[in-house]
This record gives sequence, C-alpha cells and structure tokens, in this order.
Amino acid sequence: MSTFHLKINGQARSVEAGPDTPLLWILRDALKLPGTKYGCGVGQCGACTVHVAGSPARACLLPVAAVGGMEVTTIEGLDAEGRHPLQLAWCELDVPQCGYCQPGQLMTAAALLRNTPAPTESDIDEAMAGNLCRCGTYLRIRAGIKRAVELAAPKSPERA
Amino acid sequence: MAAKIDRRSFLKISSMAGGGLLLGLCSRSGAVALAADTPVTPTALRNAAGEFIPNLFIRIAPGGQVTLISKQPEIGQGVKTSLPMILAEELEVDWKDVTVEQADLDPALGGQAAGGSTATPRNYEKFRVLGATARTMLVSAAAATWGVAESACEAVLGSVVHRPSGRRLGYGELVGAASLLPVPDTATVRLKDPATFKLLGTRVGGVDNAAIVTGRPLFGLDVDLPGMLYAAYTRCPVFGGKVTGANLDEVRKLPGVRAAFVVEGGAEVTTLTEGVAIVADSTWAAFSARKTLKVTWEEGPAAAQSWNTFADQARKEATVAATGAKVLRSDGDEEAAFAAGARRIAAEYRYPFLGHATLEPQNCTAHWRGDRLEIWAPTQNSGMGRALAAKAVGLPIENIRVHIRRSGGGFGRRLGNDYLVEVAVIAKRFDVPVKLTWSREDDMQHDHFRAGGLHFLRAALDEQGRVIAWRNRFFSFGYGGKPADGAELGPDEFPARWVPNCRIEQTIFDTGFPMGSWRAPGANVFAWVIQGFVDELAHAAGRDPVEFRLGLLGDGDVKASTVDKKPDYSVARMRTLLRFVAEKAAWTGKALPRGRGRGVAFHFSYLGYCAQVVDVTVSRDGGLKVDRVVVACDVGAQIVNLSGAENQVQGSVNDGLSALLGQEIDIVNGRVPQGNFHEYPLLRMPDAPRKIEVHFLRTDFPTTGLGEPALPPLAPAVCNAIFAATGHRVRRWPLSRTNLQWS
Repeated sequence: MSTFHLKINGQARSVEAGPDTPLLWILRDALKLPGTKYGCGVGQCGACTVHVAGSPARACLLPVAAVGGMEVTTIEGLDAEGRHPLQLAWCELDVPQCGYCQPGQLMTAAALLRNTPAPTESDIDEAMAGNLCRCGTYLRIRAGIKRAVELAAPKSPERA
Repeated sequence: MAAKIDRRSFLKISSMAGGGLLLGLCSRSGAVALAADTPVTPTALRNAAGEFIPNLFIRIAPGGQVTLISKQPEIGQGVKTSLPMILAEELEVDWKDVTVEQADLDPALGGQAAGGSTATPRNYEKFRVLGATARTMLVSAAAATWGVAESACEAVLGSVVHRPSGRRLGYGELVGAASLLPVPDTATVRLKDPATFKLLGTRVGGVDNAAIVTGRPLFGLDVDLPGMLYAAYTRCPVFGGKVTGANLDEVRKLPGVRAAFVVEGGAEVTTLTEGVAIVADSTWAAFSARKTLKVTWEEGPAAAQSWNTFADQARKEATVAATGAKVLRSDGDEEAAFAAGARRIAAEYRYPFLGHATLEPQNCTAHWRGDRLEIWAPTQNSGMGRALAAKAVGLPIENIRVHIRRSGGGFGRRLGNDYLVEVAVIAKRFDVPVKLTWSREDDMQHDHFRAGGLHFLRAALDEQGRVIAWRNRFFSFGYGGKPADGAELGPDEFPARWVPNCRIEQTIFDTGFPMGSWRAPGANVFAWVIQGFVDELAHAAGRDPVEFRLGLLGDGDVKASTVDKKPDYSVARMRTLLRFVAEKAAWTGKALPRGRGRGVAFHFSYLGYCAQVVDVTVSRDGGLKVDRVVVACDVGAQIVNLSGAENQVQGSVNDGLSALLGQEIDIVNGRVPQGNFHEYPLLRMPDAPRKIEVHFLRTDFPTTGLGEPALPPLAPAVCNAIFAATGHRVRRWPLSRTNLQWS
C-alpha cells in the first residue's frame, strides 16, 4: 500500500492503495465517485471513460500509480453545474434507456467535441466506436452530440 | 403533536374509509418519515408531513408538490417515467411539479416484477383510476370549501377551478379538506376522455436523466454504505460443479482480504451456485485475491455436455420420427398433404445459446442484522429474490427488506436472482453490509442463457402456392423434460391454426446449463425461424413476400388461442399492420440492384403486433450494412410516453441486430469459453443503422407494452433482406457464421 496524491475534478485527493489498483476502483470505492462505471475491466466497453490530462482514458486499465499528478475529470466534474452542452442535449433528447453506459458515452463525446467542435458523421463513428450501449441508444447518442454542437455554438464554443 | 399509528390500524382505517384494497386504495403507514414536530395529526389519508395520501401511489404536499410512487423496477424500459405519467394524467397535475419515488418491495403495491412487457397492460387502467380517484376527491374538497356544486368545478393542472366565479384553489391548499373525505367508490369515478389527455402520448424525458448524466448514484453497483465490505465469488467453470479444495489460508493473508470461505450450492443451477467467496476492503482487493485463489472442483455431470453434441444428436433424431418427441399439435394429415404437395421445401434453422450481457454486471448488497436482512438489489423480480434469499438464509420473508435499485439493463437476466441469494448467504457471516460484484467474465460465463435450439422444418405448397402442409421438428433444452423459459414452442405458434395439415413436435434435452428468459423469450427465436421459412415459401411460390404473407394470414378476424391464458391472435390487426408497414416503407416488390435487398417480417408477441421492413446493402466481399429499418407497431389505443416508446423500439432493433450479427455462447464440456466483449461482440455505433423509422398504428384495442414486441421481427427481416440482396438464405445464427460473399 502506498499513498497517492491525485487531482480529481480540480480537487487534491489522497488515497491509500496498491500501486496496480485501477483508477476506476479508486474513484468508485475510495473516493465515492460512482459515476464512472465498471463494465468489462478490459477496455472493451468504455463505461469507465474519464479524462486524464484532457484526453479520454479507460479508468479500468489505468493503474493509480500511473496517474501521478495528472488532472483527472470524471462525469461528476464534467461541468460544475451538470450543464455541459452534452448533458443538456442528453436530457433534451431523452437519450438514456438504462443509463449505465451514458457517463462513459458523455465523457468520450466531450473529448471529441473539445478537439473537434463540429464533428462529421465519421468523426462521431470513430470517436464513439469504443463505447458500448447495450440498450442500443446509438441514434439518440448521435443526435445528442449534434444537438450539443448547436447548444455550444452561439455562446461558448470553448466549453465543448 | 404527531400521533403515530401502526400499519395494522392504519390499514384498518383506510379500508374502512374506502375499501378498494385490491386497487391499492389503502394508504401506506410509514410512507413518510414522521417528523416529530410536524403540527399535523395524521389521519387515514394524511401523514404527519401533512401530505394527502389518497392511495399508495400518490402523495400531495401542502405546498402543492406531488410525489408519485413507481412500483416496478426500472431496467431501462422507462417504466419509472411511464407509469407515473398515467397517474399524473388522470390526477391532472403539471409534470414539472411531480417527483417520482422508487418503491421498495412491498406486496401491498401489487406485482412488482418487470417481465413480459406486462407493466403497461396490467396497470394502465388501474393507474388511471387511482389518479382519477384522487382528482375526484380534490374537486369534492374544493366544492365543499366553497359551498358550490362539484359539477361547477374542474381540475386544471394542479388546481381546482370554480368555473362560474373563476375562484381557484391549488391542490396543496386542498390537502387538509381532501384527506377528510371518504375515498369514492371506483365505479363512480369518472376517467378523462382520452381525447383531452395533456401528458399521455407526449414526449417526456426519463425522470432519472439528470442524475444519469451527472453520474449520481442510482444503480445497484452504486450502493455505498458505512463500513461496507466488498465480495467476489468464484464459481466452478462447469455448471453445477462442487468445491473439493481451495487454498483459503493463503488467500486470507492477502492484502485487504477479510475472509475467504466456501459457500455450499443449492439444488438448482439458477439459484445458488457453489463457490468460494472472498470478502475484502475494496472491490479491487477482492478481485485481485482471485488471482491467487486455487480451487479444485468436482465438475459433475454437466462436464459431459456440449451444445454441439446435442445439436448433432438433434440432427440424427430429426431424420426419423423421434421417439422422445412430444407432439404439440397435429392437424389434418401432414404426411399425406406434404407428399401431395406441388412444391415441397425443407430447411434446418439453428440458433445458439445467448448471454444477456447487461452492461452493469450482476451485483447486490446485503446487510445481515441478526434476525433481519436488508438487501439493495438491481433485480427484475424482487419478490422472487426475497423468497429465495429467505430460504437460503433461514429467515421468514417478513424479516427481509428489499430496496429496488435501478438496473443497468435487464433483458430478462435479472429475473434470476442468483446474485441476490449469493450475497445474502455471504453477508450472513458479517455484521456490516457486503456488496458482491460479479466480474464481466463471471457475468458472461454464469448467465442464465437463452437456450439454443434447432428447427427442422418442411412445408408443401399446392398448385396455387397455398401452404397446405407444415411440420416443425423442434429441439431445445430444459430441465426434467420441461422446456427452459423461452424454449417453449406453443402449439399455436404461427402458422399453426392457419395451415390445415400442421404438425409440431418438440424434443427437450435435459441439461445442467443455467437457462432463462431473454428479451421476448421464445418470440426472439421463433420469429426468426418462422418468418425466415415463410420467406422461403414465398420465394418457392414465386410470390412477393408481403403479398404471400397477406395471403397466408387470410381474411379471418381472430384465431382463438387453444392454450389456456394465452391471448387470441388478431388476424385483422396483423393484416392491417403489414399493409401499413409496406406503405410506410414504400414496398414495391420490385427487385433492387444486386447487393441491395429488402426484407419483411412480422410477429405477435407479448400482446404487441409488430412488422418491419429492412433495407440492407451487402458488398461483394460479404460486408453487411443495414441501411434502414421501418418499424410498425400496434400496441393499442394509447402510447404512454412517445419518447420512451420510440426509444424502446429503436433499442429493440439494435438489440435484435446486435444478437444476430455475432453473438453466440458456445457451451463446451459444461463450460463457456467466451469471457468478455472481445469474444461476445455487442453492436457498436458505426454498425448501428442510421435510419430506424418508428410508426405506431393506433387502434381501439387496450394499451399494451413495448419492452419486447419490436425485437422479434428484426432478425428475420434482416435475413430476408440478405436473401433478396445476395441469394444467400441465412439459416444459422449468428450471421458471422454465414459467408455472404456474392459475385
């Protein structure tokens, strides 16, 4: 067991853990941030997607020792008020069914929009291909991304 | 001073007040935490928080806030939004004033299982009455307050208005007066004219959406309790295997591990599987300790059973009149009619076992408190879970409380409660809560699988292309000769009752494989087989697939069920729907350029009628693209939540396609080789159809559910489209087993 000093959603957090403990379980069990989901443990489903130093990462594959002082953003920290354009679009279009995959979908989509504020269909396909939705809400996820682009465009494109 | 009354006297008062226990028109006792300083004396219809509680499902606060209770488990089917919408419509409240609360397991609420698309048909009319009853009482209260005739008053979005004077009282202002009224006889309560509905049929977002998109805890796996420990459970890779030894002492010394012990299995493979529990300080500590755990197993009889061996046996038996077969139906003389046919067609259809792969793996949390047990469960059937847990831990069911958590997908998997029973037994050894988490591999290899099956079909057409003979020799799996859930082919399965000479035989192989319901059980495979073979007949007859199906359905109105408690088949509804979908898809019957094809299929299941037209493109090298799916559903008079309904239909299409494309659980020597999503592919966004058009045909029939009926026609419609595009007839599931190349 070692002590790790992490930066999670803008806050300094310290945890005692074995160095190989995946960030996923640090977030869920130690830091009580359950928005990041466990789906497969092998980077196949994307339910555990978080941002590490601004890039999407699979928290189930990332040992806590490898995180260091890099800024980690989880679904809980995507937007301080929960009003990221994607979150607004997801509610407006009623995207979720069971909802379990949606935090991961949102985090992947948020990373896409940050780098590509006006994605093409194939940009969306490429970015989202690693996130499974067992309920099959893909049409609405696609529509939600497009709607978020619209919501973000007039006022604060940099937020996306 | 708040007076506390216990549940028994409460029920007595409320049943005296209104009767109607059957409708849930009795008030819940401890429904609300009784605040000691609340200056309200609770009455039969008012709790200490001052809320008006006309029945178990509605609470109205003095401030006008409305709380509606969702009794069914939310598994992604949208029921936590749709059923309360029915209450809200008849109650005549503004949806934005409504908060929905998930109920615990409570027999007073009536059935709480999620399965068979039953929530809507079983509750639609009942919930209308519950909402209308409360509205009626609020109107009566206002009329009495003003001293005017009730007929001069009307409810308008959370208020009662006296039309002649324009006076208005909010529901919140009426809670005191309303709670002193007797609950009216339900027979006297006037329901709204559906033409005046304001909420039903509109698009309403899921009530948990805001929590979902911000990652707030909702699901079973998100349960977090003070002092909680974390469990992992290792089962024998072979179904039903027993532990003969394990290095428990070594495991107990591992970091974070609190305990490691053997749990004895139960008699049924779907209830409690024998294994080794590891309980630790964190999920990861428990998971990691499994890498050190070494168990020796006595594998048992299932180790000699493989899906392929059974399939080979079925193929042998199918060539003869199998002695073990049960004849489910024998109309006319199939043998003679087949022999006399102008065209004779035979085919073998085969589908594998399937897993559910809910994205949230199975999990459950339990807290043993001496003579009581508290459980937090993502389950589709908490009542059954409680009964099984009670038996396993030796408690009366009254001593077990189950909190129903949102499920990260259900699809039938969580009708089984094996994970709930496991954690109940594990938690009994601790005085703190224990959360059990299955790994993805646990989940895939110890699912309650959709049973695989084989159908050996033959049919004959007469000179005019009419089906005069039909025989289905069906082989599947079960226990003690009884088919597993979803492996029961009924004697009425289409086109039985239409074809004059019809024979259906069923052979059930006994296995030790855990099997269970998979979304649209039975229908999800029978539709694929039958609508595929019907397509073969249409082709053999040289007829357009839609026209041929219309001819087969014929002119009748209803085919009565020959099975107890099974619904009749409305031929008229299906005929109309098939024409409707053909029109919406602009079906012309004309062949498309090679490599492009269009297929049609229909199926009646779970009280819903559904027909689909699918357009595909198949590249020369066999790459499949589903270009468009047009879906038509007749689920009766009223779509409850248009947004949720469309989501269910589009999800059913993607689910059906996902399963068809590449999913297969291969059971070899009693164990499952597939372990994670790289070996059991789920549909991904680039492969999902970009166009899924959903059309609801409104009819005068009762409103029914949509969790399942839109799934079964997808797979056959896709395969029929592939045939139209390439000439390849797909008779084996998954599609990845058929080479679709063409030249």
